[in-house]
Amino acid sequence: MKKINYFLAALLGLSFSFASAQTPKGSVLIKNATVLTVTKGTLQNTDVLVQDGIIKEVGSNLSAPSGVQTIDATGKYLMPGIIDAHSHVGLDVVNEATSPITAEVQMKDVVNPTEIGIYRALAGGVTISHAMHGSANVIGGQNATLKHRWGTKNPDDIIMADAPRTIKFALGENPTRVHGRGNGIQPRSRMGVEAVIRNGFNEAIQYKKAWADYNAAASQKGSTATAPEYDERLQTLVDILDGKIIIHCHSYRADEIYMLINVARDFNISKLVFQHTNEGFKVAPEIAQYTMGASVFADWWAYKFEVYYSTAFNAAILNANGAITSINSDSAELIRHLYHEAAKTQRYGGMTDDEALAMITINPARQLGISDKVGSIEEGKQGDLVIFDSHPLSTYTVPQMTFVDGVKYFDIKEDKNDQRLAVSPTEMVEDVYLRIETERCMQDTEHLFEMASNLFNQN
Amino acid sequence: MKRLTKSFFAFLIAMLPMVAMAQIDGEFIKPRSGKFLLKNATVVTITKGVLNNTSVLVENGKIQEIGASIAANGAEEIDCTGLFIYPGMIDSGTKLGLAEVSSVPETVDFSEVGNFTPNMQALTAVNPNSEAIPVTRVSGVTTVLTVPSGGLFPGTAALINLNGYTPDQMYAGFKAVVMNFPSSGRRGRFDRRSDDDIKKANEKALKDANELWENAKTYLKLKNEGASLEYYPEMDQLAKVISGELALLVQVDAASDIQNALKWLEGKDVKVILSGVSEGWRVADEIAKSGYPVITGPVQDLPTRESDRYDTPYANAGKMAKAGVKVAIRTDEIENVRNLPFHAAYAASYGMGKEEAWKAVTINAAEIFGIADQYGSVEQGKVANLIVATGDPFETQSQIMHVFIDGYRIPLSNRHIRLYQEFLERSPGLKSK
Repeated sequence: MKKINYFLAALLGLSFSFASAQTPKGSVLIKNATVLTVTKGTLQNTDVLVQDGIIKEVGSNLSAPSGVQTIDATGKYLMPGIIDAHSHVGLDVVNEATSPITAEVQMKDVVNPTEIGIYRALAGGVTISHAMHGSANVIGGQNATLKHRWGTKNPDDIIMADAPRTIKFALGENPTRVHGRGNGIQPRSRMGVEAVIRNGFNEAIQYKKAWADYNAAASQKGSTATAPEYDERLQTLVDILDGKIIIHCHSYRADEIYMLINVARDFNISKLVFQHTNEGFKVAPEIAQYTMGASVFADWWAYKFEVYYSTAFNAAILNANGAITSINSDSAELIRHLYHEAAKTQRYGGMTDDEALAMITINPARQLGISDKVGSIEEGKQGDLVIFDSHPLSTYTVPQMTFVDGVKYFDIKEDKNDQRLAVSPTEMVEDVYLRIETERCMQDTEHLFEMASNLFNQN
Repeated sequence: MKRLTKSFFAFLIAMLPMVAMAQIDGEFIKPRSGKFLLKNATVVTITKGVLNNTSVLVENGKIQEIGASIAANGAEEIDCTGLFIYPGMIDSGTKLGLAEVSSVPETVDFSEVGNFTPNMQALTAVNPNSEAIPVTRVSGVTTVLTVPSGGLFPGTAALINLNGYTPDQMYAGFKAVVMNFPSSGRRGRFDRRSDDDIKKANEKALKDANELWENAKTYLKLKNEGASLEYYPEMDQLAKVISGELALLVQVDAASDIQNALKWLEGKDVKVILSGVSEGWRVADEIAKSGYPVITGPVQDLPTRESDRYDTPYANAGKMAKAGVKVAIRTDEIENVRNLPFHAAYAASYGMGKEEAWKAVTINAAEIFGIADQYGSVEQGKVANLIVATGDPFETQSQIMHVFIDGYRIPLSNRHIRLYQEFLERSPGLKSK
């Protein structure tokens, strides 16, 4: 009897752990679409079969296995799910603005799967977003890569478990304003920003050595060595040095971008992506040679001084110089039409359709370390797909359906208007937000400033 | 279409060395006036249909003639075969020219201290040499309403053309006193006032507005009767609204505020334009009944309520137009007014239709501002604000090939383009020194 109880308890435990690890996987056959594979060209009148969340077959005259739904996409366009390499959607908190280095902080601890912004992003064809720490600190927290599996209340369900770790760095005006001018500590200048990073890495090297020395001593017989104190912050920096974490660095000016490239080369770090990178075009050959590229705005400029000397041709110049280039949103609004943001590279630099589409699919996938799983329509990849009524790079296009792992999460014909998952029971009248501020890189640093909203509401 | 874009860039890159040679130190290509014959284009007039194989003669700042065969007679001929001529686009609500770098207060001139400052003139603070102006006009936006912000009556907006060296040269003939109608909504996520505080602030603002209005009426009455009045420039400016000399641009967004504004405006015999109106779709019929025109936007914006359908801001302009409201579109932008055609395209695909969306950035705006005899379409005798494009300017793939403002041929250059020319193939490249 007792044994059976144990057995039942184990079974129960197992099923629980299964339930939390298992996210929904769907099957669907999409027929007769113009398929924009991104990596393998454009295929006319083509079918795509997704089975159990994975793209099983791309071809013509495919038939649906029994029980699998068929969607007729005649006259429509099918592209890979859009990936946003810079977002703060689905996060309850953005900045831990208490120290120039907060590498121990993790965004996966503040994921809110019920935020309406996730559904709105799905309605714009975005299936994956890189939910980032803010830009208040030189070395901020670790980011979370989210898959937009709308409908769950469990944060774990929308975290992409098979994505590598990434961490936020930030250069320039934001960390120098928060810490130098706000708190009177280093960094107050771009010189100080470099020092904070170099000091941090050198401390991490010493920390790593202390542990290595201890481990060597402890393995000796009769060792009385005591272990160094564990430090999550320094351990994270060690992991960066060991190539286990991809750096995603908020940056604007060419000099600071060049600085971090030099620092990274000195510490043998190659997993480095620049974010925003408005003056990336000035050091495009260096970015192309030494880093995993840049993730940029299509056309934002002049909202602060360090982006005054920008050009909307930034993405085109970076791309022409061979840098991996993606277009991101950093905004709950822009994330809704990244296909249009990518299309702007055709006006500003004459990108081809494939080049423009790569900037919101396979290129951000490469920068997030997930390009073997998503970012193009290829057999064996995850079934993240979007159907548009016309070419996604046309300004007039309207997204029709969005799939994550073969499961349909957005259908324009089934939209319920009110798509909220969580409504506060104490809410009497719903808030009306007028001219919502959409940029969130500096959210949660308000308390550091007495003055005006425009100080903390900046990218 | 795609091939066209590519060949255009091939052409542009081929031109680079020539441009570089032509631009010797100290030389600058300026906007220039003259007599121009735009030959053999497809002319999208907006008001008089689409004319194929048609030429447009520009002279003395005006559209002198539109026809199939116009003699050059000394005009500079510009071959527009395969190209499209449209009227310059009008953005009916911006802060263009009033701020250079938004986060640097020293460069921001769109708001003044005080709640009652209708005499603050946007036209005074417009910087004709703002970097954002050449960045904007190469997109085909040739005219914008530039609007001060701040208190209850923050100032007087002005319509400007995006060419000229003084504000007066830019002025396009329309001004309006701005009113921020008391709002019952939150200013954003950071607005943490209690519901009660918001309600109280709203009531106080409405009381202020009523008092100021009554005072302005009295002021005007006394002035008309020849009374000797103390110097009161604020009241003098508001009185111009009551006398009908200036329009009142009422900025209002939330549905209940729009209803309150309509009620407040009842019986006030003034020229009213509603602006913002982001929840206009909820009360579209009431707005239509009032007969007031609406300037709405940005179109690419978030819904005002979490419970709203995701595309409500895209669909707002179209829903109001369908209800019978005359609608113009604004970006409410500073440095990215250049995105106006894309905002209009979103309105078009989410219910407004292309034709109506084009009107919303051309003739409707001109009519709302009372300048339709001069602007808003390609018609003989109107001001030569024209754009020539490789295709539909609402599409990102289309390139703008020529821009004319006030009959001036505008150089298609700006800092963004010059940086592209300098850095596309940087020299020295990767190797140092």
